[in-house]
Amino acid sequence: MLKHLEALCQLPGVSGREDAVRGYILEQVRELADEVIVGPTGSVIALKKGERSDGPRMMVSAHMDEVGLIVTRVCDDGMLKFANVGGIDPRVLCGRTVLVGEERIPGVIGVVPIHLSSGDEKDRVPKISAMTIDIGAQNGEEAKKHVRPGDVCVFDTAFELFGDGLIKAKALDDRAGCAIMLELMKQDFPGDVYFTFVTMEEVGLRGATCAAYTVAPDYALVLESTTAADIAGVDRDAQVCRVREGAVISFMDRSTIYDRELFARALDVGREKGIAVQVKEAVAGGNDAGAIHKSRGGVRTLAISLPCRYLHAPASLIAKSDLDAAYELAFEMISEITAG
Amino acid sequence: MALIDILTGLSAAIGPAGAEGSAARLAMELLSDYAPSRTDALGSVIAELGDPDAAEHILLDAHIDEIGMIVTSVDDEGFIHVDRCGGADRRTLVGAEVYVMGTRKLSGVVCSVPPHLSAELDGKSPAWDKLYVDIGYPGDQAKKLVPPGSRIVVKTKPYRLLGDRVSGKALDNRAGAAVLIRTVELLVSENAPIPCRLTVLLSSREEVGGQGAGAATFTAQPTQAIAVDVSFAAQPGVSKEKSGELGKGPMIGFSPCLDHAISNRLAALADELEQPWQFEVMGGRTGTNADDISISREGVRCGLVSIPQRNMHSAAEIVDMNDIEATAQLLARFVRTGGVSNA
Repeated sequence: MLKHLEALCQLPGVSGREDAVRGYILEQVRELADEVIVGPTGSVIALKKGERSDGPRMMVSAHMDEVGLIVTRVCDDGMLKFANVGGIDPRVLCGRTVLVGEERIPGVIGVVPIHLSSGDEKDRVPKISAMTIDIGAQNGEEAKKHVRPGDVCVFDTAFELFGDGLIKAKALDDRAGCAIMLELMKQDFPGDVYFTFVTMEEVGLRGATCAAYTVAPDYALVLESTTAADIAGVDRDAQVCRVREGAVISFMDRSTIYDRELFARALDVGREKGIAVQVKEAVAGGNDAGAIHKSRGGVRTLAISLPCRYLHAPASLIAKSDLDAAYELAFEMISEITAG
Repeated sequence: MALIDILTGLSAAIGPAGAEGSAARLAMELLSDYAPSRTDALGSVIAELGDPDAAEHILLDAHIDEIGMIVTSVDDEGFIHVDRCGGADRRTLVGAEVYVMGTRKLSGVVCSVPPHLSAELDGKSPAWDKLYVDIGYPGDQAKKLVPPGSRIVVKTKPYRLLGDRVSGKALDNRAGAAVLIRTVELLVSENAPIPCRLTVLLSSREEVGGQGAGAATFTAQPTQAIAVDVSFAAQPGVSKEKSGELGKGPMIGFSPCLDHAISNRLAALADELEQPWQFEVMGGRTGTNADDISISREGVRCGLVSIPQRNMHSAAEIVDMNDIEATAQLLARFVRTGGVSNA
């Protein structure tokens, strides 16, 4: 699973431009799935047949896309203006290096030197609309040879084992979910399971909307990464969930009220099987469940998430033990649901 | 070694103020092909060349330290509390990857509190006492690994940008250090004796006040000196009228605190070399080691040459290789022609 996770995190896959991630996943699922299609919005839908096919239709989903930047204009002085794709805190951008476009040329997000900043400017991070990427071009003409509006940029962050049992990488949201799914697909389940690797979650759950329509499931399990604010300066009450304390299950977030029975069952299964499970202690955030649970006539939906520090930032952290717990809980829940 | 490799090697080396060891060792190694060097009590690197009995003794200085952070404590959850070490810019640190130089070199991430939990900051950077580093270890282990006083620097590799531009951390002032190493290479490779006494100083602690250059100049007792540092290049938010420009050559300092004859001499030599150069005019102190060198002992005639740089004091500092080569050519010519005369 770690090998897949490393490969997946290193690939660029800003929303709408998931091609490289999709290519890797298609290569992996070819051997594992009974049927594979790529939908019109770019999501991969892979059917893994079970021992019998007359049980409930089950969809397991993770998104392939990651947050990033998109070039909006190449200026006459060679600088690039950009917008964010997905939610990015402007405070994590100044001074970072990004890889721009298909050529993956390095560019840096500039900042007016602190020596030349006065008063409030020393503290205040500029708005994204006021930031620029510098690729070293002497002028617009040189820059336009390498970059054009619509090109996307990713952070250049190495995948690294970090501290005591943690993993540091970009795009753990949600390549971690994708890696868990690739591992799950190696297992046998009592009934059919549709594994969907979806696009464009970060810009409004768009790939999942279409994939859920296509699959028309009775049950869905969303595998995600969620904000863990268990860091210095945040009260325990506001931490939401904690790294190293297990798979996170949600009763409600900003886009979904989760299926009450599945939520309760996931807690019980964790207890019965000795899998570390924690409850998300906030009604915050959202994920593809928001689109999937209201697809067609409605879908009973559960989300299993990984506690992730610095989500949507250049370098995010998860724990290996949480990755394993999320995998194990997902395996148990899929087995139970597809047994009918 | 190619100049770009010297520069990127120095950029990647770790050497925050007062803990310049790794960067200093690399500089000594790079110098060793041309001259022996030593370190002094404050950690500066010093190489002596030329004629020890010559009347004129030129000191060339570039500071080898970089900005960083310093560990003040480690809390029970293993998060590292920090203060700045030199003029680090908090706007560039949230979410950044860092190296924590504890009992061993550790990877870290500067904590970024999710936006919905930091609304009271209203988009501002957290204050130093609210900025923490996460190294992924529980409290008991973290406390053993990271004693207070350990230094932290941003972790970024140097990147080659388009053209001859390079980005990275610590180019303030490893760009200057690269210039001095290249200057020595030029002087030694000419295979003619250097007509004066020459001290090459890669000084410590500039970012916290210039103590390294002050002490080493006292020891060396030069008759004239040139400090090499970086200065502001035009970029979005910094106008051409108020700064230099990347790729337009060294910025020659003119200031009441600098020796006017040296400034003029540098400008004349650049013209002779048919090299581009730029004015950097200041109304008083220069904010560089030149301020300390020029008042060492009874006083030292001192000039200043700066390499234009964007995004100073961030992990995204940018310089142009052409400016570094041109600055080295200019300094080599200055030394080769004996500097200014004190006779």
